[in-house]
Amino acid sequence: MAGFTFKGGIHPYEGKELSKDKPIKRLIPEGNMVYPLSQHIGAPAKPVVKKGDRVLAGQLIAEAGGFVSANIYSSVSGIVKSIEKHRVAVGDMVESIIIENDGVYEAAPPLPVDDIDNMKKQDVIDAVKLAGIVGMGGAGFPTHVKLSPKDPDKIYYCIVNCSECEPYLTSDYRRMLEEPEKLVAGLKIILCLFDHAEGILAVEDNKPDCVKILKELCFDEPRITVKALKTKYPQGAERQLIYATTGRAISSSMLPADAGCIVNNVDTVVSIYHAIIEKRPLTERIVTVTGDAIKEPGNYLVPVGTSMQQLIDVSGGFKQKPEKIISGGPMMGFAMFDTDVPVTKTSSAITCFTKDEVAAYEPSGCINCGRCADVCPGRVIPARLSVFAENHDEEQFLKYNGMECCECGCCSYVCPAKRQLTQSIKTMRKIILAKRKKS
Amino acid sequence: MSDLYNVSSGPHVRDKYTTGKIMAIVLLALIPASAYGIYHFGINAAILIVVSIVTCVLTELVYEVIMKQKITVKDLSAAVTGLLLALNMPPAAAWWMPVIGGVFAIIFVKMLFGGIGQNFMNPALGGRCFLVICFAARMTDFNYDGITSATPLASIRAGEAVNLWDMITGNIAGTVGETSLIAIVLGACIMLALGIIDLKIPASYIISFTIFMGLFAGRGWDVSYLIAQLAGGGLMLGAFFMATDYATSPITPAGKVVYGILLGIMTGIFRCFSSSAEGVSFAIIFCNLLVPIIEKLTLPKCFGKGGEA
Repeated sequence: MAGFTFKGGIHPYEGKELSKDKPIKRLIPEGNMVYPLSQHIGAPAKPVVKKGDRVLAGQLIAEAGGFVSANIYSSVSGIVKSIEKHRVAVGDMVESIIIENDGVYEAAPPLPVDDIDNMKKQDVIDAVKLAGIVGMGGAGFPTHVKLSPKDPDKIYYCIVNCSECEPYLTSDYRRMLEEPEKLVAGLKIILCLFDHAEGILAVEDNKPDCVKILKELCFDEPRITVKALKTKYPQGAERQLIYATTGRAISSSMLPADAGCIVNNVDTVVSIYHAIIEKRPLTERIVTVTGDAIKEPGNYLVPVGTSMQQLIDVSGGFKQKPEKIISGGPMMGFAMFDTDVPVTKTSSAITCFTKDEVAAYEPSGCINCGRCADVCPGRVIPARLSVFAENHDEEQFLKYNGMECCECGCCSYVCPAKRQLTQSIKTMRKIILAKRKKS
Repeated sequence: MSDLYNVSSGPHVRDKYTTGKIMAIVLLALIPASAYGIYHFGINAAILIVVSIVTCVLTELVYEVIMKQKITVKDLSAAVTGLLLALNMPPAAAWWMPVIGGVFAIIFVKMLFGGIGQNFMNPALGGRCFLVICFAARMTDFNYDGITSATPLASIRAGEAVNLWDMITGNIAGTVGETSLIAIVLGACIMLALGIIDLKIPASYIISFTIFMGLFAGRGWDVSYLIAQLAGGGLMLGAFFMATDYATSPITPAGKVVYGILLGIMTGIFRCFSSSAEGVSFAIIFCNLLVPIIEKLTLPKCFGKGGEA
């Protein structure tokens, strides 16, 4: 049975009040736009434009490089300045298309998709693929792949992850408040694909206003239920969310579809709505700009490709010089040493802190207190795993279920000795996954 | 000065609890028992407490300076060891006894095994047991106020009646910190309320001990006898403050329960069948040695493989 929660988890300072009451503002980008060819999991996209070409807003500039890959569209009109490596939020240099924005926003023709009433199931999936939609919660998994499970008849739940459990983030919250009908309509499109599925809007109970609005909207929708889940980080972690809403539990080696579930993020579902109903590709997303270093925190509708620095500028810049700037939220986000990086399909927030809490503490010896094991949603023992990881003891790491870690960061957050548990476990997992891929 | 921002792997926020804060709370929770000990036994109890804490902290400091290691006395764990050692001393002990016990506890039980978190047995109890072996007579001499007095457990063994109310308030003979059930439980409540410990170890310890004594002590389910057994001999101090020592108890939830049950059984065996009437200290350090194997046998199931519920 679904228990609306899961074992473990933490209650970090939420920080959402900084930006939760700030309505979404549209941001008009200036200067060069940067479109990394890899803003999703899978093969990088292949450019279909070359230096000197003029492109229109909403025009395809790079096409999917395989089945697990995604199309990329320009969000502005202008001239392709170059195709070169550019820094992205995670710190890597990624081949990117750079477009000089002419400020005209001349629009490309709408996506060549049929009206929804004439579409077959495969047409809907093809349209999602065409629009370049990926999981916008952070992972960037191509959505058309998610929507194409082996056996669509065995999908019983289409869950929309409306929990937004990451501290400080309010982009999904604003979307639910301001455009809830798009979210519900998007979910109905997904439900068309799965005849036996029930739709679940999974919201954390710290957003009672969203729960209320969505419940009112879904009053007449027999196939959709709104569930108010217990507020706890990481309620929005895919496996924990499935468990909290359906009572089904999957291990790391299984897919949600193995438990009859498909999980999508709020912005992803809204993008599906945009693609099918408004016939426009994924070219924008909502980004929260927040943190105690930002003068006027807020939520912005941002064209993909815009520089993060511009987002900080429109938010009034810094009150005080930040020590740390994070792409995403404080738990799962990536620290950036520089802000000359573009907003991508998966950038949910920019969080700027005046104090770097990680640098403020020096790690000391593990006292075996077991707090990490208490809070671990994967129910493993991070204190032991991190030692196996540091000693590179793959056998013990696997025996203690190291691969079941979801990298949520609860263990590092809670550790009184301030040990970098998540970091060492993450590193070991990467090494093992890379090895498996090779063989 | 570079203009680049800090980078590190996530998460980028940290809980306010540190090792030092946890140890400070443990010290705070030991104040009622310590204060009662001083009130009940007088100035020598205070001297033992101060000497023991100072010895343990200084020993750790000097060891780290000589070995050129990072100084860790700020984490207060040596102070906790010192206080616990003092609370486990007979009130008439000489001042140099906690010095010997403290040096042994810190150097031989803690630092030589790698310092905080690496010790395989509770340092305070290691120190106490060392003293019991070296100075058996003085460590079991519970006379105070010039009155010759037997501990309640010794009296019970001799077939004498004990005053249960005195055992609960602490108006009995015993070590500096073990006599008052009320003071110990008060401290335990502080730790429980602040989430420093949970009930798994103390509860399973107390329950399994009670059952063992009911079955094997030869007094059946005599309630006042069982209460006397629970209130006496440092069982409560051991169950809440020493069996729950993080480094020397299992990290797995099931392991904690197994460990508690074993503690109850071992304490029962020592109390019923050994030459001494008491056995908490030896039971705990014996079970400390079993912790690695308990942990291996009680690995929890992970999420998605049965561990989610």
